[in-house]
Amino acid sequence: MGRLVILGAGIAGHTAALHASKKLKGKHELIVISPNSNWNWIPSNIWVGVGFMKTNQVTFPLKPVYKKIGATYIQAKAISIHPEGDKETDSPFVMIEYTKDGKIGKTEKVKYDYLMNATGPKLKFEATEGLGPGKNSVSVCTPSHATEASRQLHESIERMKRGEKQTFVIGTGHGMCTCQGAAFEYLFNVEYLLRKKGVRDKAKIINLTNENEIGDFGIGGSHIKKGGFITHSRIFTESLFTERGIEWRTGIHVRNVGQNDVFYENLKGEEKTVGKDFAMLLPPFSGVGIASYNKVGEDITSTLFAPNGFMKVDADYTKKPYEEWKASDWPSTYQNPTYKNIFAVGIAFAPPHEISKPQVNPNGTQISPTPPRTGMPSGVMAREVVYSIIDMMNGISDKPTRTASMAKMGAACIASAGFNKFNGTAVSMTMYPIVPDFERFPETGRDINYTSGEIGLAGHWNKHLLHFAFLYKGKAKPFWQIIPE
Amino acid sequence: MAQLRKPYEQSYYPPVPTKLRKFKRVNLFVQFIRFVILNFKMLRMVRKH
Repeated sequence: MGRLVILGAGIAGHTAALHASKKLKGKHELIVISPNSNWNWIPSNIWVGVGFMKTNQVTFPLKPVYKKIGATYIQAKAISIHPEGDKETDSPFVMIEYTKDGKIGKTEKVKYDYLMNATGPKLKFEATEGLGPGKNSVSVCTPSHATEASRQLHESIERMKRGEKQTFVIGTGHGMCTCQGAAFEYLFNVEYLLRKKGVRDKAKIINLTNENEIGDFGIGGSHIKKGGFITHSRIFTESLFTERGIEWRTGIHVRNVGQNDVFYENLKGEEKTVGKDFAMLLPPFSGVGIASYNKVGEDITSTLFAPNGFMKVDADYTKKPYEEWKASDWPSTYQNPTYKNIFAVGIAFAPPHEISKPQVNPNGTQISPTPPRTGMPSGVMAREVVYSIIDMMNGISDKPTRTASMAKMGAACIASAGFNKFNGTAVSMTMYPIVPDFERFPETGRDINYTSGEIGLAGHWNKHLLHFAFLYKGKAKPFWQIIPE
Repeated sequence: MAQLRKPYEQSYYPPVPTKLRKFKRVNLFVQFIRFVILNFKMLRMVRKH
């Protein structure tokens, strides 16, 4: 009997665990290690952040689900990976540290035959001075962060009801952030809420973003065929911002978030300050900081992980200019090139480079979005990789049998722009492939027949339905398999 | 927003939707049809992988 250990129980890790449980039952052992006791449907944190939902509507306990699917669940975080074992054992193992009450701080070795790293990111608030909860801005990255964001937002609304004016600064808190889509959703949900509360005229809303142009979303934007034109998402996004009265400042690297202002530099190298009463600024991401050691205890972290802490997989990490980037640089099996029984999926894998064209300002500061790899792509790659691992565990093949390159994968994305079943809206986007492939699609990098975008109430219905569908699937309720990633 | 639509400012240039377009975005009948079309597009994307 073999043992598969999955690190992380987010969208990628939990999806992998669900699929693995179907195939491994009785044949092999499945262990899921996560520092969190709850699963969180992260896309709906936006609605928690404006007060449309509560934490318990976007989370559920993991333990009963893993009991139901026959997996062992350990509430702990991985400290180090020992792919060759150590002086005491030849078996590879992960050193974990418990995060569960009663066992906090206790460490233990968990042996594995195959390891899937799906830890997601570390939220690196410390990269920008004054950034983050407990300091001078809020975030919507976790349910507790989003709850605090909602509290501060409603305080601002109360002030506006008393006649005060308020400035809302929403966007990215560092030049190397990803998840511009989340900032977009929060901007538009705040704007919608302020209108509903009758205080929109008292509010100035400003988007600070590290995108070169709004509508880039870390994927270089996308071209959509509409009204007889092939139009870039920048035009649609600028239109939406204008319609809702939201100012935008692009190419921004935030350097300091103060109590009443945000200090930043832009792509021209100018240093500027914008006043704020409320700021929701997303942090940059890094790997969670797992170390790695060989059999004799030497540090081999750089063999397993890139300098940013994300795990190296079968990507082409050769440094090359944007003009030489290819779709084939992107990984397809997500297998570590040195240790073939280790895989990384979701945010945890190290991308070969950005998707958007990198930009550096005259001060030498790089200001460009890092590649998004959350949501649908994260789920799809988790499913395909875990099926590869199961084939390897069952002796069907000694190599991965499935691929899930982001350069050959499509994505559907729905970005909320207001929560209401009769007048709410959301932007619905589809694109194929996620990573532009200019060899296959020379004009725009993507198949224009599969790439679309529109805003409307139907998008909100879909977003709300998916909220319930993914929570249902996450709980492994009957027929969860028919709900796609 | 009206106060932002001043010549040479950023919001002067992008296209803005007409009243009819805004009405269609939240009209139940129109959106029901869009809902069906959107789901078809998304399922087509899911099946493509």
